[in-house]
Amino acid sequence: MTQAQGISNEELADVARRVRAHIVRMTHSANSGHPGGSLSSVEILTALYFRVMRHDPKNPAWPDRDRFVMSKGHATPVLYGILAEAGYIPAEDLATFRKLGGKLQGHTVMGKPAGVEMSAGALGMGLSFALGAALAGRLDKCDYHVYCLLSDGDSQEGQTWEAAMSAGHHAAGNLTALIDRNHIQNDGYSDYQRFDDEGEAPDRPGGWVMPDGHTANIMNLEPFEDKWKAFGWATTRVNGHDFEALTRALEAAREDTGQPTAIICETTKGKGVSYMENNPDFHGKAPSDEQLVQALRELGFEN
Amino acid sequence: MVQTLGEKATREVFGPTLARLCRDGLDIVCVDADLGFSTSAVKFGQEFPERFFAVGVAEQNMIGVAAGLASCGKVAFCSSFAVFSPGHCFDQLRMAVAQPGTNVKLFASHAGVVTGEDGASAEALEDLALMLSMPTFNVLFPADAVECEQAIEAAARTDGPFYIRAMRPKTPIIFDGSYKFELGKWPVLRPGKDVTLIACGELVVAALEAAETLAGEGVEARVLNASSLRPPDKDALLAAARETGAIVTAEDHFIHGGLGGLVAQELAAEQPTPVEFVGMTRYGTSGTWQQLLEHFDLTPASVARAARNAIARKSG
Repeated sequence: MTQAQGISNEELADVARRVRAHIVRMTHSANSGHPGGSLSSVEILTALYFRVMRHDPKNPAWPDRDRFVMSKGHATPVLYGILAEAGYIPAEDLATFRKLGGKLQGHTVMGKPAGVEMSAGALGMGLSFALGAALAGRLDKCDYHVYCLLSDGDSQEGQTWEAAMSAGHHAAGNLTALIDRNHIQNDGYSDYQRFDDEGEAPDRPGGWVMPDGHTANIMNLEPFEDKWKAFGWATTRVNGHDFEALTRALEAAREDTGQPTAIICETTKGKGVSYMENNPDFHGKAPSDEQLVQALRELGFEN
Repeated sequence: MVQTLGEKATREVFGPTLARLCRDGLDIVCVDADLGFSTSAVKFGQEFPERFFAVGVAEQNMIGVAAGLASCGKVAFCSSFAVFSPGHCFDQLRMAVAQPGTNVKLFASHAGVVTGEDGASAEALEDLALMLSMPTFNVLFPADAVECEQAIEAAARTDGPFYIRAMRPKTPIIFDGSYKFELGKWPVLRPGKDVTLIACGELVVAALEAAETLAGEGVEARVLNASSLRPPDKDALLAAARETGAIVTAEDHFIHGGLGGLVAQELAAEQPTPVEFVGMTRYGTSGTWQQLLEHFDLTPASVARAARNAIARKSG
């Protein structure tokens, strides 16, 4: 039931481009929402739904399906965009995003639409849920795999590390965590290192507010890979916008080696829309009319 | 004195009941946060080790893992002390259980001031308020071990979120094998026409004893067992208000947010009636559970006193 196993990287890139257009259109139409962290996750979800995962859009409750659990529940535009491209929902539903009477709420709601595995929106909750689903699969001797997408902010919640510890303890080899490591969160920069040209960061530990109003060094996650290793996980670090690298890491993670796998995906927040890239302002802000036109043009759509 | 049939802690029936139901073919799993001996969850884990998941002292994760298991068709129980769960994990209960309506059952022991010697930090007096605040949760507080076993079975056989409140000490068994727990029913344990005493948990015994005291004064007190806080028995409540005209609630919990609050809200909307509240009004302390019930006025005498006050407030 894996669909489009033989899909080429070029075809994946085209899906990703359409999903990005959905993201900017949905947030513009809703005049709210979270485009930045949706754009950074596009290749991750595209690789999962169009190359790696065993799933059936016509049978979302299929017991043997691979599960995709979205812990970063604010990044609904990318999930709904993917579900539309994969055939779970009609594309016209996307226009109802965040609207009264619409089918798509601002944050994920379990089963709405069918294909959304879990309710989220408070960070830190997805990995526990994903572990539960993985343990159920092992108990039932089903060979499905469970994927969980986390954000920088997710990785600061204590519950994520409770779940990480117990996933290692339970040797949940059928569980993979993907971390969309874009280094930017609500108030600014999780760790400033990646953006620091002046060498200011090392002298200013602990978080501070920059002249432009963004907070820097909100919480340093490094050494990030070592943290997951220490909790009993197999780890790998990839370019989260590179389909080849993502595919290799995801295929390797499917092998049940008795360890869960953490794939740290280095990404760019707002990827694909120039004025959103690495811009904390677009964590939770919609593009204006002019900005929408520019975004679509950059993505290769006239409007 | 009210006739009792020995003593047993309500928490003692948890693991054995899960094991019996699993033997019966229910697809039960249990997630445990290092209190399995105290909640008796280990009795289930010994018999079904592959269905028992220890997650360490991590209640937030416990709820999330249970919800994930439930999403794959399991009847997912988890157990802890009421101060830790819901105390540590309200948001997880809200997001992963209450909103999506996952088939998760939380069994929380060591509720109320009767937790005893461990003192204020260990005595959950807010848990019913937290759990009742989420409208999709069924909330049960059985009066004794016999009712607790039936409540667990009802929770296991009914799809959706359940909270079952249990206690640490060995409290009197008041029901025999003929008792039948029903979701949404407040059985009349004693008939009466002058006042109604509505109690839950171990204070059902105090209400029954208060009714005997009042009978000696010529007052006929009806006694209802409100073990099913949600769904509540609105019919029994409104009938009591109509027919007796005065209500007393008794609970080992803060008087706001639990049984008293629930009764007062229903009556205010449908049948305004004088209500007196017996319950906790401040945080607890250390002592034996019997000493603490005396110290904090959760006694038959205080229920009887409240009944007299409620009757005095009747109009006409």
